[in-house]
Amino acid sequence: MKNRNLQTIIIAILSYIIIQLLMLFGIINPYLQQIICYAGIMIISALGLNLIYGFTGQFSLGHAAFFGIGAYTSAFIIKLANLNITFYLIIGIIAAALLTGVIAFIVGLPILRLRSDYLGIATLGFGIIIKVLFDNADAVFPIMGGSRGMLGIPPLTNFIWVFLVVLISVIVLRNLINSAPGRALISVREDEIASEAVGINTAKYKTLGFVIGSIYAGIAGALYAHLYAFLHPDNFYFLKSIDVLLIVVLGGMASISGTIVASVLWVFLLEGLRIVLPEAILDWRLVIYPLLLILIMIFRPEGIFGKREFKFLKYREQKQK
Amino acid sequence: MNNNQYNILEIKNLSRYFGGLKAVVNFNLTLMPNELVGLIGPNGAGKTTVFNLITGMYAPTSGSIKLSGEEISNLKPHQIAQKGITRTFQNIRLFSSLSVLDNVRIAYNFKVNYGVSDSILHSKKFSTNETIIRHQSMEVLEIFGLSNRADEIAKNLPYGEQRRLEIARALVSKPKLLLLDEPGAGMNPAEIKKLMQLIEFIHEKFNLTILLIEHQMKVVMGICERVVVLDFGEIISEGNPDEIQNDPKVIEAYLGKTNNECADLIEDEN
Repeated sequence: MKNRNLQTIIIAILSYIIIQLLMLFGIINPYLQQIICYAGIMIISALGLNLIYGFTGQFSLGHAAFFGIGAYTSAFIIKLANLNITFYLIIGIIAAALLTGVIAFIVGLPILRLRSDYLGIATLGFGIIIKVLFDNADAVFPIMGGSRGMLGIPPLTNFIWVFLVVLISVIVLRNLINSAPGRALISVREDEIASEAVGINTAKYKTLGFVIGSIYAGIAGALYAHLYAFLHPDNFYFLKSIDVLLIVVLGGMASISGTIVASVLWVFLLEGLRIVLPEAILDWRLVIYPLLLILIMIFRPEGIFGKREFKFLKYREQKQK
Repeated sequence: MNNNQYNILEIKNLSRYFGGLKAVVNFNLTLMPNELVGLIGPNGAGKTTVFNLITGMYAPTSGSIKLSGEEISNLKPHQIAQKGITRTFQNIRLFSSLSVLDNVRIAYNFKVNYGVSDSILHSKKFSTNETIIRHQSMEVLEIFGLSNRADEIAKNLPYGEQRRLEIARALVSKPKLLLLDEPGAGMNPAEIKKLMQLIEFIHEKFNLTILLIEHQMKVVMGICERVVVLDFGEIISEGNPDEIQNDPKVIEAYLGKTNNECADLIEDEN
């Protein structure tokens, strides 16, 4: 097991060094760097939804709302307190995590009683309410800008931050799902009635999965706010939840590796098509990627990874003699 | 009231109505420690409803259920499981895409005493506990002859082994009372024979009280010490297997009214 951890750490450090070197030599320009950061943010957010939907089996369409709550929370605090040093991003991240966690708990308690489609509709409703709140937030807090968008957010997010948070998110999720509480989460997805019959408090674990997954979204939102330095309510509309949902399904439900790969592919495909395609058919990229999706779903309905994981992400248990 | 404490399960005047349908009416049952009792009755008699009431899946319309003297009819299913009543299901309910080992480990979960933070950090407490969980689970799998299947996905097991796994899962938390809902459904005579041996074996090995629903008379008559017969939600007969087999009410419930009527029916057919 020690060996595995070491492997994970080595792979992490190696990929970090490679990307840093590429940046140093100017192969990765600031534009590309921003896209890499965005991909990392999508990884964190999608891991959160994978915990909610892939592992715990709760269909949520409110993910973009939690992403937005995290983004606005961090932007609000950092801008208000005028914390212009990169390190202080930690304050924004913690505040975003706390607030999304509390809101997810309060919202989750009543609506997680619902199942599948009904839960989807309830979380969708929540997402729309939050978007409307963002639209009109300037009535209470002029600093949030309402539907005109929030400007002048200190751009504190850099590659080191994103990399660190992605790394921690992946390790936390991997450790969580390979433990007793994690097995309880998965059992809820498998069969709620059977879980209850063997003593699993399904209501508690559904809420736990929902809260942790939403915290992931909130943290990703905080990084997002300080990456682009501009927030607009439209970026947290429920259609953005569907983007994240697609990443989770595309990568493979309940696969951490799948989510990572699909997030990166997703972001680079969207941006890459922007570069590759000639100006005249630029708008067609919004046709190309749904087509790709349909093809993948036809030929690989279980997603790119299914339930498999990269070797270095696998948790090996010590077998007993 | 020492007597109350002595009984494992005491059900009094238990009723459950679904709208106008009286699924269970004034059901009374007392189980002594280490008893093996059969619950039989024609289709739709309310046997599974009784199980769902005991395990908290349905709330009773009226009546009381006591486990070792403690009222449990107002508890949630997982609380009742933690108090020591576990069950199997008529149509097997495994965590079908998880491994055999995970199926059993999940049932041990509520006895685990480390929290979410320990799991995230994989602390020392986590690893010592995980070793214990694994050990306990493998021990139970060993008893059920499934230890060499531990890493297989549950749904890939043959039917008989799935049934065994479900019983193993119900037993890993060392319950006081085990409810088996038609464990012999869909089995051939050879498998039934093995199943009977298995039930008798766990009955002794785990020092368990068992309540068993079964359609196949052979199973019930073979291993149960006492049999309760249910029809239209009401107990129509109770006693040892021999008494039950000769009770005219039971015969009537299973085979229809009187011989004359049967004869009439046959004549009609001709």
